[in-house]
Amino acid sequence: MIEVKNVTKSFDDKTILYNVDATFYTGKTNLIIGQSGSGKTVLMKSIVGLIRPEEGEILYDGRNLLAMNQEQVKKLREEIGMLFQGSALFDSETVLGNVMFPLMMFTKMSPAEMKDRAQFCLERVNLKGADNKFPSEISGGMQKRVAIARAIALNPKYLFCDEPNSGLDPKTSILIDELLSDITHEYNITTIINTHDMNSVLGIGENIIFINKGHREWIGDKEEIYKTSNEALNQFVFATDLFQQVKRYIISHASPTPPPSTQK
Amino acid sequence: MIITNSLATFGKYCLFMQRVFTIPDKWKVFFNRTIFEINKLGVDSIPLVMVISIFIGAVIAIQMQLNISSPLIPAYSVGLATRDIVLLEFSNSILCLILAGKVGSNIASEIGTMRVTEQIDALEIMGVNSCNFLVLPKVVAFIFFMPVLVSFCIATSLVGGFLVAVFTDIITVSRYVYGLQALFQEWYVWYGLIKSLFFAYVIASVSAFFGYYVKGGALEVGKASTNAVVSSSILILLLDVVLTKLLLQ
Repeated sequence: MIEVKNVTKSFDDKTILYNVDATFYTGKTNLIIGQSGSGKTVLMKSIVGLIRPEEGEILYDGRNLLAMNQEQVKKLREEIGMLFQGSALFDSETVLGNVMFPLMMFTKMSPAEMKDRAQFCLERVNLKGADNKFPSEISGGMQKRVAIARAIALNPKYLFCDEPNSGLDPKTSILIDELLSDITHEYNITTIINTHDMNSVLGIGENIIFINKGHREWIGDKEEIYKTSNEALNQFVFATDLFQQVKRYIISHASPTPPPSTQK
Repeated sequence: MIITNSLATFGKYCLFMQRVFTIPDKWKVFFNRTIFEINKLGVDSIPLVMVISIFIGAVIAIQMQLNISSPLIPAYSVGLATRDIVLLEFSNSILCLILAGKVGSNIASEIGTMRVTEQIDALEIMGVNSCNFLVLPKVVAFIFFMPVLVSFCIATSLVGGFLVAVFTDIITVSRYVYGLQALFQEWYVWYGLIKSLFFAYVIASVSAFFGYYVKGGALEVGKASTNAVVSSSILILLLDVVLTKLLLQ
C-alpha cells in the first residue's frame, strides 16, 4: 500500500499540488485521473521520487520515501516497476535486452537464467517472436508490452504506469488495460495508473483518485463514478455525448435493490 | 548576472561529475559498456582523424616550404617544422577541436535524446545511477583511446608531408626525412599526449553534462549539442594556454 499525505509541490511561484492526500491499495488498479495540467503527472513523479515535494509524506508500506537516504531509495526502487508514456525502451538494446536489463543490473542470475526469465515475462505480456528486434522495429502497442515485461521482470511490489494508452488504438488500449489489471491481481502488486482515458477509468478503475487544479477532488471506484455529484468530475469523465448516454443508461438500468443472490 | 549563471552552471557540473565518479553498480556491465564506447567514440573516429591528418600534414609541409624558402635556412627545416607543429599543436589541440565536433555532438545528442524520451528516468526508477552508468564509460573510453588517436594523427600527418616530398619537387624526400629526425625532443610527444588526455576529459564530460540536463524536445537536443561543442571548444583552447604554460616552461 502507498499512502500520500499532504503533498505540496510548486515550480517557481506556481503551486501544482495542494496538500494532496491519497491511498493506493495493494492488489488493486489505482487510477489517478484528471485533465491535462491538473498535476497528476507531478503527483506520480513525486510518488516515485523523480520530483521532491516541498511538504508531505509518501509512505511505501509505512516507509517514508522523503525521509530515506540515497541507499534506502536505491533499495526501494528495486521494488518498483514503471511504464512510461513513451515506453522509454533503450534504443540500443533489443526487446530481449531491454527486459533482461534490470535482471542484469540487480540479480546474480546466469545469462541463461536471465534469458529464461525475460522470455517468461515477454510471454506473460503475449509477445512472442520479437526477441531480437529493436524498439524502433516494433509497433507502439508492442513497445508498451515490452515496457510492461521489463517493469515486471524483477517481480516489483509497486507498478507505476504513466498514461499507458497514449498513442494506442482503442482495441490495443483495452488489451493493455486488461494486461495491467491481470498482472496486478495475479502478482498482488500495488499498481498506480495515471490516465485520462475514460475507457480505462470505467473499465479497470478499482480505486480512482481525481485531481483537479492540484487538489484531490474525489475518490471512489468505477461504479461510484456514475453516481457522483461532483461537477468537475462529471464534466471531465462524461464530457462527450456518448459517455453521457452511457451514464444515463447505467443509472436508469441500475436495480433499486440488489439481486436476491447477493442479499444477506 | 553572467558570472552568477556561470558559477551556478559550474556548480551543477561539479555535482554532476560527483555522481559520475562513483563505483559502478556492476563492474562487468561497466567493462562491457566501456569496450562498446571505445569502439563507438574511438575506433569509429580513426578514419576521420586519418583523412584530416594526411591533408593537414601535406598543407603544413607546403606552407613551411613557402615560408622558409631562404638560402640561410637549411632545406630540412621543412620536415623539422612540420614535425614540431604536428607534435606541439595539431595532433592534440586542433585534433581535439575537430573531435569536439564529432564526438561531443554525438555524446550530447545521444544522452539528450535519452533524457527527452524518458530513458534516463527509466534508469533512475530502476535504481541505476544514470550519470555513472551512461557517462563514466564514455569518459574512461575516450581518455583511454585518445593517445591512440593522437598517435594515428601524428603518423598520418607526417605521412602527408612525406607524400608532398614524394609527389612534388618542393623538397626532396631525404631532406624531409632528415628534418623529421633532426633536433627531436621526446618531451614534445609526451606534452601532446598529456594535453590530449585533458582535452578528452573535457569533450566527454562537458558534452555529457549538456546532454544530461536537456529539457524539452528535439529542438533542445539540437541546442544542447551545439552548446556542448561550443563550450568544449572554448575550454580546450583555454586549457591549451594553461597546459602549454605549465608543461613547456
